[in-house]
Amino acid sequence: MQYRGTACILQLFINSLNKRREIVHNRVQESQQQKSVRDLKIGESGEISSLNDPEMALKLLEMGCIPGAEVKLNSKAPFGDPVTIIVNDYTLSLRLDEAETILLK
Amino acid sequence: MAVTIEAEAPEAKKATAHHPVARIALIGNPNSGKTSLFNQLTGLNQKVGNFPGVTVDKKTGVSQLTPQLKAQIIDLPGSYSLYPKSLDERVIIDLLYDPALNNRPDLVIVTADASNLKRNLLLFTQLADLRIPAVLALNMMDVAEAEGVKIDIEVLQRDLGVPVIPMNARKGIGIAALKILISQQLAATEVSFFEVPARLRPMVDGIKERFSLNNDYLALHYAHQYKHLRFLSEDDKVWMAQLLETQGFKSTTEQANETIARYVRINEVLLDVVRVDKAKEEEKFSNKLDQILTHRVYGYLIFMGLLFLVFQAVFAWASYPMDLIDEGIAALNTLIQENFNGPLINLLTEGVIAGLGGVLIFIPQIAILFAFIAILEETGYMARVTFMMDKIMRKFGLNGKSVVPLISGVACAVPAVMSARTIENWKDRMITIFVTPLMSCSARIPVYTVLIALVVPEVYYLGFMNLQGIVLMGLYLLGFLSAILSALLLKVLLKARERSYFIMEFPVYRMPRWKNVGLTIFEKSRTFVLEAGKIIVAVSIILWVLASYGPGDSFERAEERAVAEAEVKGLSDVQTDNLISSYQLESSYAGRFGHAIEPAIRPLGYDWKIGIALLTSFAAREVFVGTISTIYSIGEEENVTTIKDKLMSEKDADGNPFFTPARAFSLLIFYAFAMQCISTLAIVRRETKSWMWPLAQLVYMTGLAYVSAFAVFQLMS
Repeated sequence: MQYRGTACILQLFINSLNKRREIVHNRVQESQQQKSVRDLKIGESGEISSLNDPEMALKLLEMGCIPGAEVKLNSKAPFGDPVTIIVNDYTLSLRLDEAETILLK
Repeated sequence: MAVTIEAEAPEAKKATAHHPVARIALIGNPNSGKTSLFNQLTGLNQKVGNFPGVTVDKKTGVSQLTPQLKAQIIDLPGSYSLYPKSLDERVIIDLLYDPALNNRPDLVIVTADASNLKRNLLLFTQLADLRIPAVLALNMMDVAEAEGVKIDIEVLQRDLGVPVIPMNARKGIGIAALKILISQQLAATEVSFFEVPARLRPMVDGIKERFSLNNDYLALHYAHQYKHLRFLSEDDKVWMAQLLETQGFKSTTEQANETIARYVRINEVLLDVVRVDKAKEEEKFSNKLDQILTHRVYGYLIFMGLLFLVFQAVFAWASYPMDLIDEGIAALNTLIQENFNGPLINLLTEGVIAGLGGVLIFIPQIAILFAFIAILEETGYMARVTFMMDKIMRKFGLNGKSVVPLISGVACAVPAVMSARTIENWKDRMITIFVTPLMSCSARIPVYTVLIALVVPEVYYLGFMNLQGIVLMGLYLLGFLSAILSALLLKVLLKARERSYFIMEFPVYRMPRWKNVGLTIFEKSRTFVLEAGKIIVAVSIILWVLASYGPGDSFERAEERAVAEAEVKGLSDVQTDNLISSYQLESSYAGRFGHAIEPAIRPLGYDWKIGIALLTSFAAREVFVGTISTIYSIGEEENVTTIKDKLMSEKDADGNPFFTPARAFSLLIFYAFAMQCISTLAIVRRETKSWMWPLAQLVYMTGLAYVSAFAVFQLMS
């Protein structure tokens, strides 16, 4: 009985590990497929193609990050995160995982 | 607030008879100069109240539009759109949509930053589609001109369908024209900026019919926001949920589509209106400055230097006005006591006036602290601080924006907790509010000073490093570390309600607007006096009663005992009086409380005398010093050296000095951690709208204090 319980927990643990790996894998694949603001170098620009996080997208859209607009990576905070971008002629600061949701053409 | 409205009602009615514009709301993006415009329109005729049911400050003021006509101006929180992202912004939809609310604005003034017109127009087009009469105040024309942005006002006016006033609110340019314009009857624009898509038609029609609305876009907003509309009944909400379910309404997608459509429309409008001639000089300057101010070495050094300056100011500069207030209160008390007598006079002087003094004494520190915070915010530097600190703070479950409350907490936790409102995320905000009182506030300084002077020798290292100063700094560091580590603990315990995000406008550097700085100082000081003040005064009075009365004739007996002992010892009159108050305090209700809790605090090294001080510290921590003075019959002379000498001569049962380093450090640690501030608890209750948070703080902090003080005393003795 005890043995089965342990095995069950172990199985759950392995499952969660696999799932985690899957998520990481998907993310890697996604970023390989399409470039995001995260991948820009300081001073480099790109054109927004889409926003891949629906919740975050609402805030970003309101702030003027609309598909077709040009974004430029302006600067990075001392530890590389957050960053500032220039969009619609003004500066916006956001975290790297937020910048990652802005996909470029 | 109700009083205000009643007082102004006759006037408002008169205005309505001639002109429909009686209530005007100011609305606009953050950093669009809304506050400057509000200050220009109303001057010092401002009132801060609360929006019903929420803790958002409602700023209203009266503006003299023409010699005959006044208008009530309401300042709404800065927002980027009518879809609220924070609690503050929700106030806007409550005010604009609630059909029952009688103070709905007759007109809105939309402020827009002329140098960033595109993003600023988004909110305007939403208001226009609600068919609310509006005026566009095109602010910061000077900045736009300096950046080479040329705006064709005529064409913009035609395309938007509303009057457009170019202005520079900081310098007051355009205010006169705006006042004349809004004193006239204005209609809503007839231009549409967004059509409700055909697929949403059945849903929108259904909502319009049920709530008898005549505006499509308003009906659409009901669909998006019904969960947060406080005027809808539970039945309405259930009905709405069912309707949206059957229609397959996806709020997020529809909002995104709408925003994109609006931007497309705005771009069309601006094509003929805005022309940019040259590159942005100001932005280049800002960028250069940022290379130093957010540099990975200089950036932090400069920030530390600024912090040092702020602390220096809060502690050194503020001491002069604080001494004046202290002396003034003492002089007033002496004056009253010399001329009048009786228990009521004692209540007035030792209870009410002393309590008031305890409130007023903090005003210099709060004013100076908020002067600095306002200047740093006005110049745009605060945005850089949150930017630099975000990654570090996030590791501890906080947010870059938590830096301001934590720094403010060093002066006083009450305004610090209030300043946490800028944090949109619920979890980040709660953690910040929870840990802020652990920062060593200025009320702990008198306690620290006395106890450190008692047991830490005044030794200098390297000629300038004072050992007492180092211990004091260590206590501040301890406060900071306990705040950060508690935040980490809460990060694990609390469940997030929504995602934390950091998307915010990064303003260019600007000169501070001194008028705004002055008004911020005034407002924060007033809020502190009103919010914290009434509680401190009330608790002071209660504690005074507890300390001045005892059961039965215990006070007379205490006096007899003291007089007898004084005669035996041959004490002077003053010494006899001090001995009497000391014995009377022991036999008072507070003294009994001290005796009652003695078993609980003995493991920490305290006796019943300290027990009394712990109780009275609940009004405000610095009361500790006053209580200790009375209890050890030191008298009114609250001089650190006298207190120190007296405490040093205090002996325990075996005849050894009572205040050993172990006892003193145990007390220091206790005061560093314990939640002994009724005002903070009250403000946390107000800000979190729940008793759960202040109670959790009380239990957690006092528990932490008890355990730590116990450990310190047991290890050191």
